[in-house]
Amino acid sequence: MVEVTLWGGLVPLADNQKTLTVEAGTIRDVLRALQERYPALSGPIRNEVAVVVDGVVYRNDWSREIPEGAEVFLMRRLAGG
Amino acid sequence: MSFDAAYQSQKFKSVGSRPLRPDGVDKVTGRARYGADFNMPGQLVARVLRSPHAHARIVSIDTARAEAVKGVKAVVTAADLPDLTNGDGALFAVLDNCMARTKALYDGHAVAAVAAIDEKSAKAALKLIDIEYEVLPHVVDVDAATRADAPILNDTVFTSGVTPAPDKPSNVANRSEFGHGDVDAGFEQADFIVERSYKTEQTHQGYIEPHACVANCNSDGTAELWVCTQGHFVYRQTCADLLGLEVSKLRVTSSEIGGGFGGKTHVWAEPVALALSRKAGRPVKLVMSREEVFRASGPTSATSIDVKIGARKDGKITAATATLRYTSGPYADMWAELGAMTSFACYDLANVKTVGFEVIVNRPKVAAYRAPSAPMAAFAVESAIDELAHKIGMDAVAFRIKNAAREGSKSSYGPVYGPIGIGPTLEAAQSHPHMSAPLGENQGRGMACGFWFNFGGQTCSDLNINADGTVTLAVGTVDVGGSRASLSLIAAEELGIDYQDVKAVIADTATLGYNDMTDGSRGTFSTSMATISAARNAIETMRARAALTWDIPVDDVFWEDGHAKAMGTKYGNLAPLSVKDIAAEAGNTGGPIAGHSEMVADGAGVSFATHICDVEVDPETGSTRIVRYTVIQDAGKAVHPSYVEGQYQGGAAQGIGWALNEEYIYGEDGRLQNPGFLDYRIPVCSDLPMIDTQILEIPNPNHPYGVRGVGETSIVPPLAAIANAVSNAAGVRMSHIPMSPPRILAALNAEKGK
Repeated sequence: MVEVTLWGGLVPLADNQKTLTVEAGTIRDVLRALQERYPALSGPIRNEVAVVVDGVVYRNDWSREIPEGAEVFLMRRLAGG
Repeated sequence: MSFDAAYQSQKFKSVGSRPLRPDGVDKVTGRARYGADFNMPGQLVARVLRSPHAHARIVSIDTARAEAVKGVKAVVTAADLPDLTNGDGALFAVLDNCMARTKALYDGHAVAAVAAIDEKSAKAALKLIDIEYEVLPHVVDVDAATRADAPILNDTVFTSGVTPAPDKPSNVANRSEFGHGDVDAGFEQADFIVERSYKTEQTHQGYIEPHACVANCNSDGTAELWVCTQGHFVYRQTCADLLGLEVSKLRVTSSEIGGGFGGKTHVWAEPVALALSRKAGRPVKLVMSREEVFRASGPTSATSIDVKIGARKDGKITAATATLRYTSGPYADMWAELGAMTSFACYDLANVKTVGFEVIVNRPKVAAYRAPSAPMAAFAVESAIDELAHKIGMDAVAFRIKNAAREGSKSSYGPVYGPIGIGPTLEAAQSHPHMSAPLGENQGRGMACGFWFNFGGQTCSDLNINADGTVTLAVGTVDVGGSRASLSLIAAEELGIDYQDVKAVIADTATLGYNDMTDGSRGTFSTSMATISAARNAIETMRARAALTWDIPVDDVFWEDGHAKAMGTKYGNLAPLSVKDIAAEAGNTGGPIAGHSEMVADGAGVSFATHICDVEVDPETGSTRIVRYTVIQDAGKAVHPSYVEGQYQGGAAQGIGWALNEEYIYGEDGRLQNPGFLDYRIPVCSDLPMIDTQILEIPNPNHPYGVRGVGETSIVPPLAAIANAVSNAAGVRMSHIPMSPPRILAALNAEKGK
């Protein structure tokens, strides 16, 4: 099981929960599980999400495996210069 | 194809050397072709008509008189750019920003454009476009825009991120919040508290080359775009979306780039040039003037930030808060959110809270500027940190080291850090000779830290082994800071050949797979990974070709020092085959040899820097001179150290300009008063000392060579480092950027009057 923390803007779309627990082996699994449970998250997940696994930001690599006990955050995709 | 990006310690031959830059001669002799240096037969000249009002409803536009001007071939307005954005709010903002639809939202907002056979005809036509405006009240100041009586820019914007949802529109588009712990309890534990409000003014990226492009739409639905950009694949997608073109039929070629710094990650002129070309049936060249660049492209946010930090007598911070208000121009964005995320990222805090407010104003649409939003937040926080250290009586560096984030610290934006490099930069600063050098009269020293998220992204490269054994490397990330040199070094390293035998080029959008932009400090980080992968794939092919040549199993062939070698003693009489040998026989061993790579380069890792600055403040004029400046930053592995130093120095130089002089100045009428380099002063060489650099190399675990991006973090600390230095020199705390001579003089006079 993976505990996922959402950024503030997503919380109202997930029944006002800041932290959720999902069954997942990869980032893709996490995102799929979140969308199945809360369809309103689909828009942000498709367009503006980055996933932080143990402090490292992933913007595209949804195949990244999530180690046992890893800390997982959903963050907005960042702009850069 | 899977690629193991994990760091592997190794000795380098090419990486870490400093060969001459491959684009240097072209650039200094004028041969390099920038955005405005491209021409097509029958090309027209485009000019854009811009709003003279900060905020006005467009009642009507009549282009009939302009279209009748001899030589005019097309006039376009928003009607020629229909809304194809399908509910995508961010894309609609781009469309509306390229050409105002119902309202002009800032001084300089494009309202129409003309393509004519020459500049004279185009300019004459602009004057004959009849526009009826209904001028509306405007607001340009970040704090004024949040007041209850402020003119509302957009009736459909209601502040999101607040409960309950508001029932009235507002110029505050969104509220975001980050943090953990209990800040009230933390402040209760504090022996000392510093609380102060700060402001920073809006600046422009200040790239020397204005936006420029040549667009050509053909009657068969194909189109070409030659353009100065940081991301030609992204420009292709955006322009195709906005104009309803098929992506495969729009070919975009990036020119050399005379600076971008985030400002060339967005389209402004390009969709307009394409729309003009489509209407005229001829190629169209559109080059923005410097005035247009200032009024209608770029800039960064103006900000207003409140910071409160408390600490115990022993120097441990007990609580920290920041409220950050950032302008985003007339369209909602996430600039304050980025400031809220980055503001306390350097520190290990038990109790922290940051709140960001996105404020829309009648100014140009904000674009990214090198570590966007972080420098302003760092200015406010690092100023307060410095003041608190003084108050406690601690050395400013020691105070930061005591509170620095480390592996296992919960970051202020949420996640727990893995191995990070702020500690080493601070320790390097503490022992740097600069910190103990004597200061002269009216001089002061300041230092500050900075943080930025780097990122990677979608990347694609082709590595072709030519018939003579030289290598052409085709990449899709625009070279904004020397990546062709660093990527050639990487290819040479991996193949085991000379740097001189590799030529890197930026491929156009028709000849290579999709690449994200060069932003987020990702150019060398991402494309070096793709280059390593492509080179390894080419080596696999060359091993197979050597095996065929020798008629032995490929498993008995290994690659070493740029040669295929037969394994073991049973093939002892086979001379190793070089890349040149294998390439010469390619036609008879299976044809051309190439290595390709398509990947997502993720795991860039966060980045930290520490800067030290000495200034001299003239107490009579308030003028400030930078006496000495040192940048300390982790590069993971410096592929071409001279370019890494260049990035460090460039970020510092831009930060110096931002700190001391640069600002958008608006009149009461909401019009920009200084849209030119005479009145908006960026630093020139004679303003700056040689900026010293210290490159730390703490390998990035998520890159085969340990490389980190280095392009952005160097602009984060300067505003604060210089503010701390000026405050120490002048004896008065400066809380408003830029610290221009009048502002310093006013602060000195106010202090005298106390």
